[in-house]
Amino acid sequence: MPDQGQIATKRKFKLVGTRPVRPDGVDKVTGRARFGADMTAPGMLHALILRSPHAHARIKSIDTSRAERLPGVKAVVTRDDFALPERRDLVDICYNVMAREKALYDGHAVAAVAAVSKPVAREALRRIKVVYEILPHVTDVDEAMKPNAPILHKDMRTKGIDPKPSKASNVARQWEFGHGDVDRGFTEADIVVERTFKTAATHQGYIEPHACLASVGSDGQGDLWCCTQGHYMVRNACAGLLGMKVSQLRVTASEIGGGFGGKTTVFIEPVALALSRKAGRPVKLVMSRNEVFRATGPTASSSTDVKIGVKKNGQITAAKAVLRYQGGAFAGSPVQFGAMTAFACYDLKNVQTIGYDVVTNRPKQAAYRAPGAPLAAFAIESVIDELATKIRMDPLEFRLLNAAREGTKSSYGPTFGPIGLEATLEESKGHPHHLAPLGPNQGRGVACGFWFNFGGNTCVSLNIGEDGTVCLSVGNPDIGGSRASMCLMAAEELGVPYERVRTIIADTAALGYNEVTDGSRVTFAVGMATIKAAQAAKVKLCERAAKIWDISPEAVVWEDGHARPAGANAGTFKPMSLADIAAVAGSTGGPIAGHSEANADGAGVSFATHMVDVEVDPETGRVTVLRYTVFQDAGKAIHPSYVEGQFQGGAAQGVGWALNEEYIYGEDGRLQNAGFLDYRIPVASDLPFIDTVILEIPNPGHPYGVRGVGETSIVPPLAAIANAVSAAAGVRHTQLPMSPPRILKSIMEKRDGV
Amino acid sequence: MGVGLGNEMMRYEAPESTKAAVKLLAGSRDRARILAGGTDLLVQMRSGMPEPALVIDIKHIAAMGAIKREAGGFRIGAAVPSAELGEHAGLVKAWPGVVEAAGLIGSTQIQGRATIVGNLCNGSPAADSVPAMMVAGARARIAGPGRRRDLPVEKVVVGPGKTALKRGELIESIFLPKRPARSGDAYLRFIPRTEMDIAAASAGVFLTLDRKGICTDARVAIGAVGPRAILVKPAAKALIGTPLDEAALTQLAAACSAAARPIDDKRGTKEFRTHVVGVLARRAAVIALKRAKGE
Amino acid sequence: MSQIPVTTTINGDATEFLCEADETLLDVLRDRLELSGTKEGCGTGDCGACSVMLDGRLVCSCLVLGAEAEGREVETIEGMAEGDTLHPLQKKFLEHAALQCGVCTPGFLIAAKALLETNLDPTETEVRYWLAGNLCRCTGYDKIVRAVLDTAAEMRSA
Ligand SMILES: Cc1cc2nc3c(=O)[nH]c(=O)nc-3n(C[C@H](O)[C@H](O)[C@H](O)COP(=O)(O)OP(=O)(O)OC[C@H]3O[C@@H](n4cnc5c(N)ncnc54)[C@H](O)[C@@H]3O)c2cc1C
Ligand code: FES
Ligand code: FES
Repeated sequence: MPDQGQIATKRKFKLVGTRPVRPDGVDKVTGRARFGADMTAPGMLHALILRSPHAHARIKSIDTSRAERLPGVKAVVTRDDFALPERRDLVDICYNVMAREKALYDGHAVAAVAAVSKPVAREALRRIKVVYEILPHVTDVDEAMKPNAPILHKDMRTKGIDPKPSKASNVARQWEFGHGDVDRGFTEADIVVERTFKTAATHQGYIEPHACLASVGSDGQGDLWCCTQGHYMVRNACAGLLGMKVSQLRVTASEIGGGFGGKTTVFIEPVALALSRKAGRPVKLVMSRNEVFRATGPTASSSTDVKIGVKKNGQITAAKAVLRYQGGAFAGSPVQFGAMTAFACYDLKNVQTIGYDVVTNRPKQAAYRAPGAPLAAFAIESVIDELATKIRMDPLEFRLLNAAREGTKSSYGPTFGPIGLEATLEESKGHPHHLAPLGPNQGRGVACGFWFNFGGNTCVSLNIGEDGTVCLSVGNPDIGGSRASMCLMAAEELGVPYERVRTIIADTAALGYNEVTDGSRVTFAVGMATIKAAQAAKVKLCERAAKIWDISPEAVVWEDGHARPAGANAGTFKPMSLADIAAVAGSTGGPIAGHSEANADGAGVSFATHMVDVEVDPETGRVTVLRYTVFQDAGKAIHPSYVEGQFQGGAAQGVGWALNEEYIYGEDGRLQNAGFLDYRIPVASDLPFIDTVILEIPNPGHPYGVRGVGETSIVPPLAAIANAVSAAAGVRHTQLPMSPPRILKSIMEKRDGV
Repeated sequence: MGVGLGNEMMRYEAPESTKAAVKLLAGSRDRARILAGGTDLLVQMRSGMPEPALVIDIKHIAAMGAIKREAGGFRIGAAVPSAELGEHAGLVKAWPGVVEAAGLIGSTQIQGRATIVGNLCNGSPAADSVPAMMVAGARARIAGPGRRRDLPVEKVVVGPGKTALKRGELIESIFLPKRPARSGDAYLRFIPRTEMDIAAASAGVFLTLDRKGICTDARVAIGAVGPRAILVKPAAKALIGTPLDEAALTQLAAACSAAARPIDDKRGTKEFRTHVVGVLARRAAVIALKRAKGE
Repeated sequence: MSQIPVTTTINGDATEFLCEADETLLDVLRDRLELSGTKEGCGTGDCGACSVMLDGRLVCSCLVLGAEAEGREVETIEGMAEGDTLHPLQKKFLEHAALQCGVCTPGFLIAAKALLETNLDPTETEVRYWLAGNLCRCTGYDKIVRAVLDTAAEMRSA
């Protein structure tokens, strides 16, 4: 078994913490696994979507008659086929799914067709005539906040300020967090650093484009197959948009080829359903990569002012940040999370963050791994680094001195319980990476990051078969090995071998509501539900044994995979295994199952420290990542390989974000790089091995101590790399991506003394 | 599914001789295209550009599928994929710069298909093999309804996406001449990642030394910094008569930067490309020098 | 215009299909032959999810016309295991957890197999550059590269 990472474990488990092969593994290495686009249905039609080529335009008319007349075209839908939903939270989604009076960004859906083949559908799109009145547009966050900026929504009044503004603006909402008195704090400081940072919008870049197969019958019942992070969310949103009853729409989650937050909302699913309903036939809709970039949910771009003051002894006296995030054409950028997480790593007396949620003519953002946090951490951790240099303190020591710990009142409100930030910093201090020498033009950067982690509504069902095997039904798509973790936890709890448990992702009709696979919630919340369901099953198993032995159920305990008499008083009976009891379940009261339905609370927050070495080519500005180490608290690593995988994946995405990934809009407001050739995610030869150190500071809110791990890993890299590049280039970098032209320019300006 | 569609559907032909290919090409109206590796053509077809009416696959033409020695040099058939160039020991030894340039095109997968002739005929100013072929003195053999003709590679592309090929003409092969004694070639490009990018600037250098190590002949070409790749005479002149000392290399870089006419776009700024093309030329010259010295 | 009849060999089996002139091999595999193990991530040669072997060369099936398969041999992920015996790479990918979502996996396996067929002792750098046309967004490539190196080591000592 490969065992690369280091793990500091405290508690003993039999199976949890081992690295078995995942149950869905063979299907995924043989091509058998079915992803979003891999499903077909008899009589299936192919659908395509017509998209606005304009960043901002009034849609004066849409004439679909020539398309409808084309032989082979079975349905065409436009805004007229989508009534505004009653649920207020669905209104923007409805508008985003199909443009109404205005197209709000390049790529906004305007019409869709379903036809007997893709070529016919393509020709049908050409025959749809849309008359646009082009309006002025804005794609930059700072521009969008200017008083004379083109306004996207004439009824948008900034929320969160008193009194409510009378004029429309592109600022949807203002947020504020913090405590103490920052102004006073700054007067106590010996050194104050104040800087402005900018980051470009990036895309989650999952390799599988959105895809679905929809079928709605004339009886109003519907079935939907799609790749999503949450099929219950899809069901509820689609039902709301199409005026269907939730129970009438059954959604099955396909295998999902990556999401990272980008598949936590609906884009094409309601359109496919509407087309299917109209055509009376199954409709398959698959996005092209171009559509994925132009018309799904990239993350925010941002502009952030940071001011931090310290005493000469290294103590931070005050910290303030003003964050401006644009989240595309509708309200809801992750600036709230940015403002909440910005200073979460520090124990601060005086702290204030203000966030502005801004709309622009870009696709509506969707979550991207720890949404909002990496952008904020980039700004804050850069200033922390600069301050450490200024007071001549090691950046790790400086952070340790000010680190949040158990009992710290966080900058966003709550007081922390046991947390692992210090542990990650201590661990990184002594790591060989920290002690390795650097060569010329090389630099080392460190940065910390925080993420809340979520819990939420969860429902699982665990059924014990007559042969003593266990089937676990969960309602969260498996994005990166969660089935394996669930099998491990169920097996651990029941005391049966891992191989005896099979975990499946059930459809929406089979279980109660499960929240989306997001917020790093699955191993925590679904894991907890799994453990509880197993515990419920154990109670029943003990009851059955009691019945067989004819003793009181209280006199039976479950130990080591067996029901046993609780003590000498209970009598002497041969312990019965799960299989023994299951074999006779039919004669002792019927099938044995355990369930858990809960709104999981107590997701432990998690912290990480990243360390990275880079080399900058001073003649071209090119950056090479030489070495990378992730130190992160996992609470408890159920399947360490997949925990390492999360750490490594987050770091790699961070490298892309820091160095080369960006949404590039032209003067015309159109996206210029809607493909993987020019939207540059890291390729294998861009990266070194990414070393991981898993720390385990148990989360008291989970029976095994699990904390979410999926998101924290993308919070520190932007800053860690910026700090490393700044050190290597000898110039502080405040704008992402740190692409070669930008780095070269800074080096040349420094050389020329500009 | 052609029925009822306004557009004429595309036709696919795989002739087995150059003559047959030319006949198809000449006999068709404007919308016929040669298919070599298809790594440009299929991407363009997918991007919603009008589909060609006829696609002529040249990979079944035996003469176009081989690398042959000729007059001390090499004749590379128009259907030979880049990967095969790298597998040809003789070619690697003679023209490492050309082989490396071809080897930079796309990924391993793209390498299995992409041809240097397709790279050339696609007419992109950033095409990697083109500056390398230009400095190597490569000549394209053109077949058409009339007699075959040879054209230096630098004369093939006349502007972005435009070639000097006439109606009914195609390129049958590329000829790389015999490399003189004490000479070497090299090609470098700049991309932000390590792979899978289109050059933001590029430079190819070929040079010959005398017995004392003084440069007697040189050719320098730059790509991705103008509407097409160009030979930079002043850059070559900066090297000739020198041992490629610091002064000569500085002058070479300056000449390349001066000749660059880049635009600002998603792949880089004008300023950046102008500077970097000089850096690349200089670095390529150092490699070519080593090769010429047999190091 | 009638469809083009194509006779080819796929994973060792003689196969015939009809396709449009502009249809890619990827579309033929997925839509006509129900070989949906080969994935589409971009359709433009940028991601490698559609990797297949064509007459022993690694190619992107999204950049090959279906008609070009005439008389050729195509190998896809469905042909990688022999019966119920996984290829050593498939085993190592599982053992190393070299996949998270798994959508890139078929392409990586085909590409890695092509590498090991030409070079059984690749360096880490060689593996990384060979696989640079296969995008993976989940893993950061770490475990994939390790799995390939480990397979090579095992196959060398076998
Ligand atoms: C993912 C990806 C990465 C890429 N990376 C690079 C890169 O790094 N560097 C680079 O330079 N390019 C790159 N390209 C572009 C492309 O791969 C190259 O230009 C390649 O060399 C084209 O060769 P081909 O044989 O595939 O051409 P095709 O697509 O077959 O043809 C290209 C054009 O040339 C014409 N043509 C082909 N052969 C002839 C002939 N014999 N006579 C007349 N006309 C002909 C065709 O009709 C067509 O117009 C990349 C492409 C992709 C998809
Ligand atoms: S689908 Fe062929 S390379 Fe992406
Ligand atoms: S495992 Fe998800 S893209 Fe590679």
